[in-house]
Amino acid sequence: MGRVFWISIAMVVAAPVMAQTPVKVGVIAPFSGPFAQWGAQFRDGIEVFLARHGETVAGRKLTFIYRDVGGPKPDVARALAQELIANDKVDYLAGFVFTPNALAVAPLISRANVPTVIFNAATSKITQTSDRFVRTSFTLWQVTAPLADWAAGEGIKTVVTAVSDYNPGIDAETAFKETFEAAGGTVVDTIRMPLSTTDFAPIMTRVLGAAPDAVFGFLPAGPPTFAFTKAYTDNGLPEAGIGFVGTGEMTDETTLEALGEGALGLTTSYHYAGALGGENTAFLEALSGVRADAVANMATVGAYDGVQVIAAMVAAAEKGTDPVEAVRGMALTSPRGPAAIDAETRHVTQNVYIRRVEKAGGALVNRPFVTIKAVPDLGLN
Amino acid sequence: MVTLASVIVDGLAYAMVLFVVCVGLSVTMGLMKVVNLAHGAFALLGGVFVHVLAADHALPPTLAIALAVVAVAAIAALLEPVVFRRLYGADPLRQVLATIALVFLAVASVNAWQGSAILAVPLPEALSGRLDLGFRTLPVHRAFVIVAGLFLFVALYALVRLTRWGVRVRAAVDDPATAESLGLNTATLKLVAFAGGAALAAFGGIFGAEILPVDAAYPLRTIALYLTVVALGGLGNVPGTMLAALGLGFAETFARFAAPTAAPLVVFGAIALALLARPHGLGQR
Repeated sequence: MGRVFWISIAMVVAAPVMAQTPVKVGVIAPFSGPFAQWGAQFRDGIEVFLARHGETVAGRKLTFIYRDVGGPKPDVARALAQELIANDKVDYLAGFVFTPNALAVAPLISRANVPTVIFNAATSKITQTSDRFVRTSFTLWQVTAPLADWAAGEGIKTVVTAVSDYNPGIDAETAFKETFEAAGGTVVDTIRMPLSTTDFAPIMTRVLGAAPDAVFGFLPAGPPTFAFTKAYTDNGLPEAGIGFVGTGEMTDETTLEALGEGALGLTTSYHYAGALGGENTAFLEALSGVRADAVANMATVGAYDGVQVIAAMVAAAEKGTDPVEAVRGMALTSPRGPAAIDAETRHVTQNVYIRRVEKAGGALVNRPFVTIKAVPDLGLN
Repeated sequence: MVTLASVIVDGLAYAMVLFVVCVGLSVTMGLMKVVNLAHGAFALLGGVFVHVLAADHALPPTLAIALAVVAVAAIAALLEPVVFRRLYGADPLRQVLATIALVFLAVASVNAWQGSAILAVPLPEALSGRLDLGFRTLPVHRAFVIVAGLFLFVALYALVRLTRWGVRVRAAVDDPATAESLGLNTATLKLVAFAGGAALAAFGGIFGAEILPVDAAYPLRTIALYLTVVALGGLGNVPGTMLAALGLGFAETFARFAAPTAAPLVVFGAIALALLARPHGLGQR
């Protein structure tokens, strides 16, 4: 709240000097409660972009209005969007961690013609529900299918999948199973674990019994991935010769320190990796200037690139072009490497990296060792 | 056979984590007659203090854990006269409201102080590594939790049931007027018992962190788990809490092994049946 207050003050003070009204972006994300990390990561990403590229685009100042949605609450997301559009008169909406929240605002943004950039919510179909949506995150198909292909190519023949029993988990399971079996592998057991699962030892005992070449895991980043990866090493699966593959959630950069040495060697696939060089180096440096103890993950990058898209939209709108039409096909200068907004789906096409957890200068990092180039959203069929 | 033995070991280890994490709440709720939803907040603070002392300030983990438990007990001792003393014997709804408010305060404070990512809770070097049981390996940490759980069980039972101090605390709670007329300082007794319960919570939070990782939202995530164990065991009933932890630990572990997707159904179904048969908990005679 304090922030919104200071922004308002700054706007009042600056008003006489500024030639044009500022552009308002409403950011809907969780800033308190169990998912507060997401809001913090988004805010970091936004602030890094403003620090690196300035706060003014085409003569207009970018201002952000943050609204706390708390969690997966479509009704609250919808009410907040309504309020931001009607009362605050925002020009753009952004944020959205959870699929239901994004789906809930689709009719609203279509009707009010408010371009909306999704920083996370990763279900493929979202971008189809409104032509005002642009997405800078990923979809589970996008990162899972390349992993399954890679695993099959590495000589992994049998896999047990273990996923959280909710929509994204089922997506990951389906994507892995279909791709892996098409590539000649066999999924010998599919385990769906309730989100409330805290102790994964019995799951690991089950995997040990099936004795596959590898276990594939997908769980939401946070306490579940922490406990799952710990259970994998603690129950002796590495010694039993059972490999580990998973999506990037499993070794998310914000959880690596807590995971500790046990995470070394875990192999995951994602569209970002903390150890990437190039643009990522400059990005990380700017991030440490914004908040000294900040850790970048794919949410920070999703928000950073999201603001990049919004800036392009603002510039286009100043010239009288439709903002969303203007960013179709737009190439991003992203910490994640080469990426572009797909002209047709409005979802980001990007490299997918197979990464391994390694130690670098006392800290754990996800280091990419295989790059699958220019992967589109694979989940739309 | 090996798999069965393995699942039994998993079940025992999980049960003991449940016991260590929940017994403090059972003690406060049963002895003090306060529906203390803030139990998880004390557990969270324990974990956060160890993180700050050991991970951020590089203190030896053993020292950090000792300091953290003492600090949490001290905070509880400060809160008792300010908040909890007003709640003894109050309407349960007021107790719930007041203590859930503490939970939100704790969550927001930790979020502001340490952020909301999972916090590493370093444990002594001696607890890392694995024990070879012949048919499988067991993390030393889990073996320690099993032993600590059994030790706490015996110690608490003896303290509450067999010592003069235990008799006094029970007297102070059950019949404060008579206890005071007999010259007992009931206020001090309750203060000490409450701080003790909070110290147990911190201990549970720290040593349970491998299964219930510590982050700002910890108390919100764990409330249902605590209340399930405590309700199933019977309020304030240490043997009952042990029975409940064992029952829940084994049921959940077997269900997760055999049919992970149906596990919550099996477990909560079993709890419902158990409470139908024994509405006051498994420990009730």
